[in-house]
Amino acid sequence: MTVKRSYEEINEKLKKGTAVVLTAEEVSKMADEMTPAEIAKKVDVVTTATFGPMCSSGAFINFGHPSPSLRMEEVTLNGVPAYGGIAAVDAYIGATSEHPQNPRYGGGHVIEELVRGKEITLRARGKGTDCYPRKEIETVITKEAVNEIFLFNPRNAYQNYAVATNTARSVKYTYMGVLLPELSNATYSTSGELSPLLNDPDLRTIGVGTRIFLCGAQGFVVWPGTQFNTSKLRNDKGIPKSNAATLAVLGDLKKMDPRFIKGAVFERYGVTLFVGIGIPIPILDEDLAARVAIRDREIETTVYDYGDPAHPMLGSANYADLRSGTIEVRGRKVKTAPLSSIKKAREIAEELRSWLKKGEFTLTAPVELFPTGTTVKGLEITGGAR
Amino acid sequence: MKKRFVLNFALDAADEPITYVLIKEYDLKLNILKAAISPEKGGELLVELDGDDKNLSEGLDYLRGRGVGVDAVDKKMLFRREECIHCGACVATCFAGALTIGAPDWELKFDAEKCVACEMCLKSCPLKLFDLRFG
Ligand code: SF4
Ligand code: SF4
Repeated sequence: MTVKRSYEEINEKLKKGTAVVLTAEEVSKMADEMTPAEIAKKVDVVTTATFGPMCSSGAFINFGHPSPSLRMEEVTLNGVPAYGGIAAVDAYIGATSEHPQNPRYGGGHVIEELVRGKEITLRARGKGTDCYPRKEIETVITKEAVNEIFLFNPRNAYQNYAVATNTARSVKYTYMGVLLPELSNATYSTSGELSPLLNDPDLRTIGVGTRIFLCGAQGFVVWPGTQFNTSKLRNDKGIPKSNAATLAVLGDLKKMDPRFIKGAVFERYGVTLFVGIGIPIPILDEDLAARVAIRDREIETTVYDYGDPAHPMLGSANYADLRSGTIEVRGRKVKTAPLSSIKKAREIAEELRSWLKKGEFTLTAPVELFPTGTTVKGLEITGGAR
Repeated sequence: MKKRFVLNFALDAADEPITYVLIKEYDLKLNILKAAISPEKGGELLVELDGDDKNLSEGLDYLRGRGVGVDAVDKKMLFRREECIHCGACVATCFAGALTIGAPDWELKFDAEKCVACEMCLKSCPLKLFDLRFG
């Protein structure tokens, strides 16, 4: 008899403390000896996780009104420009925004410091209106002092990602790290068999409204992420062979834990933010059991040449090879290193498991499933360019 | 045994050919990996010395006797280990094998003995956790 489970049944078991919750790594190991049918019978929920640099991240803040108030049009936080083109005392601080005089410090660092509870200097200017007469303020804020502050990341948790290497004669400084000349190293940035969207490649359980672990707080998937692409080539296991689906996620920054969010700077590229995401996958049936049982060697990704501005494809590699420390590109052995932290991803998968086991975290069925048949457009240049 | 040291000397003390003496009198293979000279701090050399243990320790005593500061290279590399997130970005650029990461624990390991002070990790660590006190 094939197994069928509902979200309600699983949540009931979680509440009673009888649910079997495994991490995606544990269930992948299990698959060496058990069939998907046997796994489906035994396991209720599988936790997946990732902790990597995700540039498309940032936080909305409502500072509260000073008396009298101003229409904050230009806003900086510790000198880092935030976007003030929304209501009077609202702003968005993006992870990659940089301090004009000190580009090694930026939005990612401000966001991390806010999570840590540190004081941040707010400077704001407005033209002065009849209803908001003030023109300039300087003050200090903390996450507790502001009205609301929530992380709203338009594109996180990429389903698979490129391997970056460099065939050029010079060092390339990229968002994929420092790439040494002539195929001397290669970097990758996915937690492989532990990675959320690789464990549910058809997004059967992850959609609008899915409750997730976001940087140590409970957050939500709110929309398909930007550059959401379901048309990438897939391997025989149904896994996209390069970067495909993405998530837009949201969560209360006040509840986040500094262990799971980190400001960072990639040399000569710029500031970004390491984001920790964990997603539980309910084992509703045998098909999902087969999906979460996926192993590193069964997940392939594409190797691109970041030494050439067009980023041509150089080949492919699976995550077992990538994690072995070398891959072969054009007949050469190339040293590999990750950019996303497997150790941290494991911590997140464990933390999420403990929340589930304690009944502190309930599973939610998507309010709406994500679209299929989507592609990503480039940008045509009709004006000038340099 | 092969070991790396940072030698620090006052500029006016460099009248004796110390590297020559190390090679000639103490039978040490000497490889200069890096040099820096500044009027305030004097000269600094990052060297690799290779020879038998007895000659090595006598050679180092000779240097100290000449007023040359001798520090093992790991004393000069500063690493804020507690803040490491074990991402692995530094490993991609460490060809000396001092920085490694991998199964089973995927924890960053730093073996300062192998460090050649190339300073690549100062650039590649996105948290800027490395610093080299040199020159
Ligand atoms: S300075 Fe160079 S050799 Fe030393 S740890 Fe850093 S990258 Fe490795
Ligand atoms: S790059 Fe920095 S944070 Fe990442 S593993 Fe190396 S030392 Fe740790």
